[in-house]
Amino acid sequence: MRYIPHTEEDVARMLDAIGVDSVEALFAPVPAKLRLRRPLEVPPALSEQELFAELSALAARNAHTGTHEWFLGAGTYAHFTPAAVDALVSRAEFTTSYTPYQPEISQGTLQAIFEWQTMITGLTGLEVANASLYDGASAAAEAALMAMRTTRRSRVVVSAGLHPHYREVVRTYLAGLGAEVVVAPLGPDGRTAPLAAQIDAATACVLVQQPAFLGCIEDLPAAAEAAHAHDARLVVVVNEALSLALLRAPGDQGADIACGEAQSFGVPMGLGGPHLGFLATRQRFVRQLPGRLVGETVDTEGRRGFVLTLSTREQHIRRERATSNICTNQGLCLLMATVYLSLLGPVGLRRLAEQNLARAEYAKARVRATPGLSLPLAAPTFNEFAVRVPDSGAAALERARERGIVGGLDLERFAPELGPAVLVCTTELARREAIDGLVAALAGRAA
Amino acid sequence: MSATSRRDRVGNATAAIGYEEPLVFERSRPGRSGYSLPALDVPAVDPAACLGAAALREGIPGLPELSEIDVVRHFTRLSTWNAAVDLGLYPLGSCTMKYNPKLNERVARLPGFAQAHPLQPEALAQGFLELCFELERHLAEVIGMDRVTLQPAAGAQGELAGVMMIRAYHEERRERRTRVLVPDSAHGTNPASAALNGYEIVPVPSGGDGLLHAEAVAAAMADDVAALMITNPSTLGLFEEEIAAICEVVHARGGLVYGDGANLNALLGIARPGDLGIDVMHLNLHKTFSTPHGGGGPGSGPVGVKDALAPFLPTPVVRRSLGGGFRLERELPRSIGRLHANFGNVGMLVRAFAYLRSLGPDGLRRCAEMAVLNANYLLARLRGAWHVPYDRIVMHECVLSDRRLADTGVTTLDVAKRLIDYGYHPPTVYFPLIVPGALMIEPTESESLEGLDRFAEALLAIAAEAREDPELVRSAPHHTRRSRLDETRAARQPVLRWQPPE
Repeated sequence: MRYIPHTEEDVARMLDAIGVDSVEALFAPVPAKLRLRRPLEVPPALSEQELFAELSALAARNAHTGTHEWFLGAGTYAHFTPAAVDALVSRAEFTTSYTPYQPEISQGTLQAIFEWQTMITGLTGLEVANASLYDGASAAAEAALMAMRTTRRSRVVVSAGLHPHYREVVRTYLAGLGAEVVVAPLGPDGRTAPLAAQIDAATACVLVQQPAFLGCIEDLPAAAEAAHAHDARLVVVVNEALSLALLRAPGDQGADIACGEAQSFGVPMGLGGPHLGFLATRQRFVRQLPGRLVGETVDTEGRRGFVLTLSTREQHIRRERATSNICTNQGLCLLMATVYLSLLGPVGLRRLAEQNLARAEYAKARVRATPGLSLPLAAPTFNEFAVRVPDSGAAALERARERGIVGGLDLERFAPELGPAVLVCTTELARREAIDGLVAALAGRAA
Repeated sequence: MSATSRRDRVGNATAAIGYEEPLVFERSRPGRSGYSLPALDVPAVDPAACLGAAALREGIPGLPELSEIDVVRHFTRLSTWNAAVDLGLYPLGSCTMKYNPKLNERVARLPGFAQAHPLQPEALAQGFLELCFELERHLAEVIGMDRVTLQPAAGAQGELAGVMMIRAYHEERRERRTRVLVPDSAHGTNPASAALNGYEIVPVPSGGDGLLHAEAVAAAMADDVAALMITNPSTLGLFEEEIAAICEVVHARGGLVYGDGANLNALLGIARPGDLGIDVMHLNLHKTFSTPHGGGGPGSGPVGVKDALAPFLPTPVVRRSLGGGFRLERELPRSIGRLHANFGNVGMLVRAFAYLRSLGPDGLRRCAEMAVLNANYLLARLRGAWHVPYDRIVMHECVLSDRRLADTGVTTLDVAKRLIDYGYHPPTVYFPLIVPGALMIEPTESESLEGLDRFAEALLAIAAEAREDPELVRSAPHHTRRSRLDETRAARQPVLRWQPPE
């Protein structure tokens, strides 16, 4: 066993020191009738070489951004990541450490989290952010729970523009707490219809996604006004985090909580995880935040350092009265994002966002100019938008696939009201030629 | 003591090149960048014309401007401020800080895993679906359960899923059960996860021998109790010898038994929780199955269930197609629903699968055996000098306390900090809560005999120092780039982000 260092001689010496005559004797506390009396029925061990070949063969049966042109987003985005991100995050001092319980020997992790917290507050326009949450969906659920705690109300309104999987997760999380979850419909232009009628004095919060699942840019000030009229919280959920570089910050548009998914910041798509949930809010709600928080302090000689703080919110101290049951955060993923954002900086990030927008605008213009295709929703968009196709989403995407293009998401299951349609995303990976090929394939024409 | 001899005892672990490193924002210089964009091959657009000026932000505060070398040096230097498994023993009890094989990192980065999308057509993701299908099957076999979901993103989310399935099971039977039993030695996530399901928590005391007794469970068990949550081996490192009787007591009154799998490492190939009477349990792949802890995550917390709970598993589930290959099934009317935006922390699943396939049945059992051997060996070396609150054969970890140091003024916290001077990450401290001043030590199977000896000698030396020079211990650590940090100040005047100087 290449991972275990014990020689037979070591084992004999250790048994001798313990005062038992066999390893078997160490399992005496396990009653004999409860023991497994056969080997586990799992496949036999493989050498490193064999295993690499086996897993490479499995991986080769998955399409990826290297095998296809890529226009599929819908909550997970194909962006280019500079090489320095993986090189730094792969350092074993980051990967093989744990939650920084002992700050004197965990300053690397702690300082990086503090930097991440600072970056996410800047991007969201809010005052405090936690270390991270599992993903955008659980972040949305935690935000709803937080709003319920701070308002002592249990009615949660979610826009139909919130990612359908996020809506499911919010329902799952709230099901045991007697909360009522109400879906607010979209208007004809793809944005959430006016919310005033949905919100009442029992409403804890309204969750609005920006940009919405179908790509539309929401009117957040209007949502904030509707929510605040009843002292409900506005929770803005972001799952294409790159949009934060271009759009007015949620905190500047009345959001009480901004949360969501930061996978776009250098975290691999990775078949959907691990990704990077974030949550930011106003200073006055800081003691209701879920998850880890890092704060600045000093050591005994007055030197700046960082520690986990406000942990009386957390399960290991507060147990059943904790603000959440979460224990781990997405440490490595937040490190990826912190490195990524440090490399791009405010200028690089803004230019990247503008380039995503330009590619989407080009693609939309091509769609408008192509018979058989149309844009069913009128609201402005960032890098993702719905396209109505002539026959069916499945058939259109199959035509794209024949040209080596993963063309987007079939909306039949997610937005049947649009008719045959697909959701198309253009990141910086979307070359002009590939966009042209996609548009032709969706329309069912020769390129 | 001379400086030289003290240095000998400290070891080299903290002697790296000691760069101070400012915050990344303090390194920023306007005009620098570490990124290059591809040329724009479509017409440029004016964002204000597309989206309206009111929709746009002006600047982005809180991002630094740095070149690539600045960024590389910054994070490389930060990394040197961390302890890590690859640097040395990291014996955090109940965290199973075992070695994380390099091959697993390599395979997780294969583009077919790392650069693939969760919503791509099933026909284009067959390798992924097969891996999930096989991993579910293998994990079910390891823990003796009928079905497994890989979706929970960490152990605590696994607990949440497990308790949700328990709730759904009772609700379907139209039984009103409002309480959950949680032993006093449990992890804090157990009561927190049950509370998120609306349950009231009933603590159950451990016995004088550190074990949970069927009698105590019977005394707390009632017809309105939905479940008992049990960790076996317990956080004291002890196998719950009455587990079968405990499960019977709970089942007899219609309750279910939840197993916290944090300490599964001790039982691999030895005994299976499903065979012990557990109905539902989570595993922590970042513990037992060697996925890296990553400075606090990501974890991964698959949940196994017996057949009676299978209809409630989260959606979607992976099935074998009739015509060959694999597919996702989404329509599961009795499911608790979805817990994750996608399929959970797939990157961790790939690593765990690789680990399981590296070890095979014999290797898995060998992990448990050597982990238990290591914990008992440490206990044998330490029990003369340290108080052992429950002195019996232990499983994967042993728990000491600072009781014998009471007259020196040296506490567990001081011991932990002094261990850092000897080049070790401290064990888990002050947990489990039922042992005052606990030091909970889990060496894992990764540690060699000579490594354990050095660690034991450090703890023996500290016990002696506490008598001879208590101030030395109380003021530790002495060899880190930061001395003890003021946690009270951090909590009283929270500074949670950097702000530019006025």
